[in-house]
Amino acid sequence: MYSEIKYLVCGEAAVVIEFGDEISTEINAQIRKLIEEIEKQNWKGIVEMIPTYRSLLVQYDPLEWSFDSLVGKLRQLHTHSDSASSESEEITLIEIPTVYGGEYGPDIGFVAEHAKLSEQEVIHRHAGRDYLVYMMGFIPGFTYLGGMDPALETPRLTTPRVKILPGSVGIAGMQTGIYPSASPGGWQIIGRTPVQLYNSAANPPVFIHSGDYIRYVPITMQAYEDIEKQVQENRYEVTVRKMKRGEIRCAAM
Amino acid sequence: MCGNVTVLKGGMCTTIQDLGRIGYQKFGMPVAGVMDEFAASVANFLVGNDRSEAVLEVTYFGLKLEFQEAMVVGIAGADLGAKLNGTAVGGWRSFQVQKGDVLSFDALRSGARAYLAFGGSIDVPLLNGSRSTLMKSKIGGYEGRMLQPNDSLSVNVRADAKERQLAEAFIPKYEHTAELAVCLGPQDDYFTEKGIRTFFETPYTVTARASRMGICLDGEQIEHKDRADIISDAVVIGSIQVPADGKPIVLMADRQTTGGYPKIGTVIKADIGKLAQMSQKDTLHFRQISVEDAQKEYRRFYDHLEEVRKSLV
Repeated sequence: MYSEIKYLVCGEAAVVIEFGDEISTEINAQIRKLIEEIEKQNWKGIVEMIPTYRSLLVQYDPLEWSFDSLVGKLRQLHTHSDSASSESEEITLIEIPTVYGGEYGPDIGFVAEHAKLSEQEVIHRHAGRDYLVYMMGFIPGFTYLGGMDPALETPRLTTPRVKILPGSVGIAGMQTGIYPSASPGGWQIIGRTPVQLYNSAANPPVFIHSGDYIRYVPITMQAYEDIEKQVQENRYEVTVRKMKRGEIRCAAM
Repeated sequence: MCGNVTVLKGGMCTTIQDLGRIGYQKFGMPVAGVMDEFAASVANFLVGNDRSEAVLEVTYFGLKLEFQEAMVVGIAGADLGAKLNGTAVGGWRSFQVQKGDVLSFDALRSGARAYLAFGGSIDVPLLNGSRSTLMKSKIGGYEGRMLQPNDSLSVNVRADAKERQLAEAFIPKYEHTAELAVCLGPQDDYFTEKGIRTFFETPYTVTARASRMGICLDGEQIEHKDRADIISDAVVIGSIQVPADGKPIVLMADRQTTGGYPKIGTVIKADIGKLAQMSQKDTLHFRQISVEDAQKEYRRFYDHLEEVRKSLV
């Protein structure tokens, strides 16, 4: 993390507030806190905000703000947001019921072999940690997650699949994530969730936000089918837990 | 589907677009929307619409429509040789069409994208506040895709639309060369001094890899200091990414929300339309502008648009 935050010009209608040149939970917490602070101000002429691994882009209306006037206001805000990542801070955790292996996770055998673990142990380790949503991008609803057990690190497929089905849970290098809609891709697919991460008809179309945590919960095929039916009938409710940061399951620091 | 405008030919790439999907980029949702905001807005003004109304963005040529109901249509932007029942109709004007009339765009004369507005509104579902087509995700617009033969559009025709013509002085000239103003940053520090000089002092040409997502340019290599990748951060329309090959890519309407290449600068809003109207082998130069001056240009762009609107009331 930089000792001093950088405010970078991104055209005449956006400023990039950069906290560092690394991926860290601390930066993510700072970004989340800053978004909260900006939203609280209810400023006129803030068009939208895009959080990423290491910065927040604020798009603004140049008819309301000059670059300097906005940065001046932002600097004042930030001085109030120092203790963002304390153990007692409340965070949001979303449960993603997932069937591992079999037809829905065809690459779990490869991942297990690569990690020299049993398939059961792969599931245990993958579902045993909570993952921070650093940012979204690539396709609508795609989450960039951090926090995977390094033992599960697996290279991408040598030949990408033409079509990966929505809900597929995969591993690529040190990343793990869920495909929100059908897409070509080279990730090792280890499971699938019946939960719809991206629903174009819903508003907002995505219920997960940057800064939330995700917990994969292993389920049976039977449970998958039940949830899938509920999703189709529009009556499935995702389990969302509010908890203290200290309760998150992550690697020992 | 039973509409009142039948697509006989879809052309190279015709999509329904409005001013884009604002407020969903934090979920990874691209903005989409028209590539040339000025021309699209004028098309709407020509038929008495609000400028936020959806229009057809017609890229290059080949679109052919048959009307099943009388209405007023407005054409602005590129000159794609528009003809009504075989007779040239020109552009930057609106005119009445009757049931059975055929409107076609046969030849690319100048510019790259024409905008066709209907006096009324195109009846496609509003998705997250917009009717824009995002082809990559197959959402919005007409079934999330470009128009094809036998598609049928429903236009809620407004009876009061009248014929209008934009004054000559307001009509932009599309040239094969253009100068685009650029604010440096946010990653200009990833490039050597020599690289930045190359960027501003040598010409770049538009390649065949030019789409609604981005326009890849060819020209002298822009030198990086050491690495050509960054930890992904957010991008905007006009962001100029420079990958390891040193050739710039200007991100456009359908861009992804984030990217992993360093961005040397951003093309200002007022010049995006110029780029949207360029095609393969056209040449452009980049000119540096301060953020303060870029914001003045931004204000001028909208003041000018307002003046145009008033002239067409």
